[in-house]
Amino acid sequence: MIEIRSLEKYFGALQVLKGIDLTVEKGEVLSVIGASGSGKSTLLYCINGLEPIQKGSVVVDGTNVHAKGTDINKLRQKLGMVFQQWNSFPHLTALENVALAPRIVKGKSRSEARDIAEKQLLHVGLDDKLNAYPSALSGGQQQRLAIARALAMEPTYMLFDEATSALDPELVGEVLDTMRLLAEEGMTMICVTHEMGFARDVSDRVAYFHQGVMEEIGPPEQIFGEAKSEHTRKFLANVR
Amino acid sequence: MTETIDFFSGFGANDLWFLAEAALRTLWISILSIAAGTFLGALCGWLIYEGKIWATLTLTPVLDIFRSVPLIIQLVLFYNFAPIVGLNLDPFASGVVILTIYTAALVANVARGGIEAVGRPMRRAARSLGMSYWQDMRYVVLPIGGRAIFPSWIGVALGVMKDSALVSVLGYVELLKASQILITRTQEPFLILSIAGAFYFALSFPISRYAAKLEERWAQ
Repeated sequence: MIEIRSLEKYFGALQVLKGIDLTVEKGEVLSVIGASGSGKSTLLYCINGLEPIQKGSVVVDGTNVHAKGTDINKLRQKLGMVFQQWNSFPHLTALENVALAPRIVKGKSRSEARDIAEKQLLHVGLDDKLNAYPSALSGGQQQRLAIARALAMEPTYMLFDEATSALDPELVGEVLDTMRLLAEEGMTMICVTHEMGFARDVSDRVAYFHQGVMEEIGPPEQIFGEAKSEHTRKFLANVR
Repeated sequence: MTETIDFFSGFGANDLWFLAEAALRTLWISILSIAAGTFLGALCGWLIYEGKIWATLTLTPVLDIFRSVPLIIQLVLFYNFAPIVGLNLDPFASGVVILTIYTAALVANVARGGIEAVGRPMRRAARSLGMSYWQDMRYVVLPIGGRAIFPSWIGVALGVMKDSALVSVLGYVELLKASQILITRTQEPFLILSIAGAFYFALSFPISRYAAKLEERWAQ
């Protein structure tokens, strides 16, 4: 369970998160929508401790992410993250990209790591690209590679930061399909996304962020059908 | 009949051997200085990148000085003034010290650029997988940044090897000093400098060819 309590985050003098309260249960798929600059991506970075916070707390399975004594490297193994820019390691093949972290972080042997990598690449449909370098892969394939790389750490939660925003339109589908597959398998997911179709069809709940505030949260039918907030209705009217 | 004493004698096979030995000494002083200088330079580059304030305030100006003052002046100053503070170094050791610092000053900038080349998003991705700071440095920053700066580093290394000729002013008999000795004896500067040049070429060319091969392999 991820529990976020009165979370406040500043970049210098600019407050990007203004007191967020949010609980995500295991097995849940939460989509976070909102305009650029509304703080939704920053929220993900605060959850896995890539950004420090100024007030409040984030607790993952009982461990306070930002507390002093927390072994953040250990905690991050529970929190897989996929970025807008897929950031595949260019000097490693697809297989090595996925096998690296299990080997050096979890101390798996080379052959164990290789088995894990093969399994996860098959999982995302890249089993025919094991020895390809990222430069030989399309954007969609690289993003699926990034998903496999995160899954290889056997995380409990997956955080998606606009995983499809940097892709050519014809490549968005394959990545969304992979995300759908994970959701069906019961993975707990927080997806910051601009794909309203995905948010509506796949999510258990949808949160709308507006200028650093979580304006509204609820089942997709509520957010897309009868949003209570004026801002939410306006935003959705514009993106459609 | 007047007897003439011949002070000069022609260039012989022995002299070629003498030059080859000197070339080895050039290679040796270069390898030592480039290896130590690269290590030290990478360390300085990392300190400057991490922006620890004291490092930036103290290191950057010092490195600027070593980068900007001609190497020959650094060598002569160090060789003549180090004994004053109790450092009695022979020409070889003095040469290694100065060439090492000079290399480090050049490599520091290159290394910092290499770390910057990897970029924050890539490093965050590595950290998000649970890698520690040092694992990220070792498995992500080093290989990616290292490849990015490899051509610049090769440029620095080859430059330092040629600049090692300046250590001749301290009396260390490397390739250039050896050539000067032979020229004095044989009075054949054209021939001997050509041979010395060929030796320098023979040392540098394989390195730059091998470097180009490596880059080609990484590019695919």
